[in-house]
Amino acid sequence: MAPWLIGFSVFFGYPLVMSVYLSFTHYDLLSPPKWIGTANYKYLFTQDPQVGQAVKNTLWIIAIMVPLQVLFAFGVATMLARARRGAGFFRTVFYLPALAPPVAATLAFVYILNPATGPVNILLQHLGIEGPLWFQSPGWSKPSLTILGLWGVGNIMIIFLAAVLDVPKHLYESAELDGAGPFQRMRWVTLPTISPVILFSVVIGVIAGLQYFTQAYVAANVASGQASQAGDQTVNNLGYPEGSTLFYPVLLYQHGFRYFNMGYASAMSVMLLLVAFTVTVLIIRNSRRWVHYVGASK
Amino acid sequence: MTSATVPSAATALTRRKPPAAVRRRRFLLAVANHSLLIVAAIAFLAPFVFITLTALMTNSQALSSHIWPHPFRWQNFVDVFHQAPIWRWALNTMIYSCLATLGVLVSSIPVAYALSRIRWRGRNVAFGTVLIALMLPPVVSVVPLYVMWAKLGLVGGLGPLIIPNWFGDAFSIFLLRQFFMTIPEEYLDAARVDGCGELRILGTVVLRLAKPAIAAVALFSFLYTFNDFFLPLLYTRENPSSWVLQIGLSEFRSLHQVQWNLTMAATLLVMAPVIIIFFLAQKAFVEGVTLTGVKG
Repeated sequence: MAPWLIGFSVFFGYPLVMSVYLSFTHYDLLSPPKWIGTANYKYLFTQDPQVGQAVKNTLWIIAIMVPLQVLFAFGVATMLARARRGAGFFRTVFYLPALAPPVAATLAFVYILNPATGPVNILLQHLGIEGPLWFQSPGWSKPSLTILGLWGVGNIMIIFLAAVLDVPKHLYESAELDGAGPFQRMRWVTLPTISPVILFSVVIGVIAGLQYFTQAYVAANVASGQASQAGDQTVNNLGYPEGSTLFYPVLLYQHGFRYFNMGYASAMSVMLLLVAFTVTVLIIRNSRRWVHYVGASK
Repeated sequence: MTSATVPSAATALTRRKPPAAVRRRRFLLAVANHSLLIVAAIAFLAPFVFITLTALMTNSQALSSHIWPHPFRWQNFVDVFHQAPIWRWALNTMIYSCLATLGVLVSSIPVAYALSRIRWRGRNVAFGTVLIALMLPPVVSVVPLYVMWAKLGLVGGLGPLIIPNWFGDAFSIFLLRQFFMTIPEEYLDAARVDGCGELRILGTVVLRLAKPAIAAVALFSFLYTFNDFFLPLLYTRENPSSWVLQIGLSEFRSLHQVQWNLTMAATLLVMAPVIIIFFLAQKAFVEGVTLTGVKG
């Protein structure tokens, strides 16, 4: 227990306290932190020209990508649960992409969705459709990341699959006897029974969405095609194209680890923590209305 | 005679075939469902196929509108190793992943045991803090930790990536604790009556019974560190000799102006270990994922 307590205080408690302290200072790692009161927060809320865009981009992820992922995972899991043949094969196929390292998967998608020579646009061309610019266009970069996100949805899908298979058969049978069609069975049997899993995947999805970083960083870096050579601070591909992939954590990274504004980055991380905490509490509170726990009485 | 016919009549009743119309509808539904599954499976596999095909093309083919390589250029997989220090990156990745996984196991198993099977004052408070640690976004603690490692002069190496894992990992502690709770108390009591200390009980009884959970934790930890990009980026970006595979791969194309065919060959090489591990340990995987989600 003891080593863990040390570890806990060093790697968890200390950073938490230090984050709050540093967020009230100006600190560039070279000279000692200088207390500047709430100036960092003032700049964050009123002046930083990039924050608005970063928040909007992150909201996009949470409002569009996360719900799509949950829906998609649920859809695939439902189909899988009904499969009579080859269920094991299909399960493996749908789970496999979730394993692919995010960097490798992103690189693959930047290539596949390459506007000029990527296979997807070539196939679209054969169909007589002019494909979009995908990762090269500010309007399509987030949808491209979303397609990448849907491809890697395997973990949620496996959890949904287990939940769907766990729904007691007798519930379906009695619903059928009462004359419920497939949609009614879905609405009144499947969804209520698996609602705890829906809640779980939404909470996990939102927390992950708030921290969305790796795919955005790699996609911008590779799609821009410029060298961001080690130590070279002049080239900045973050958010390429036109800041459309500049998510809040990417901006935090830029301030903290490219410009070494440790105080300002701390202020950003404290805000992120507060938002993550608030959103989680709100979702869980709201969930009491729609999550049904088997065996619990209303 | 009657006693023999009654049960057979009952089975005949339950096994009665549904009417032809119902059967046909069910059959059509199954066909539709399977067709959808096949279409989805093709879409899920397509990226793997495209990567592989491009990895086997010549550079001019990769830039043309051909989708099928002609001729197949296996040489790409050799050239990749000349383009970049991939073995160096792989070695760094192995050091990071193996030492971190070992650390997670050594530190998390005793904590999980203490949190589940030993009664002590403050146990619930300690478990509560594990849950809070589990919920917190890691991004939050990144700045002060970076400052700390910078002061210790360890930025640029693999130390800041590995060392924290030796002090326990909230997710692993949680997962192991949930599993340890399912071990019947009688087993532990029997060992205690025989004069075993808690450490010995942990080492003999618990470790043996909890093998699936420990395997899952090791697997997740290894994969997490193998795939990790954020922490290596923070601590080693400025020092290419410490780069792990993920950092190297992300810079692969831009650093050397490498062509797409070689980039895809490298991508495939980085994906391969994970996929091989998956097929070797498929059962542990699916059990582990389910363990985290459903009973959580």
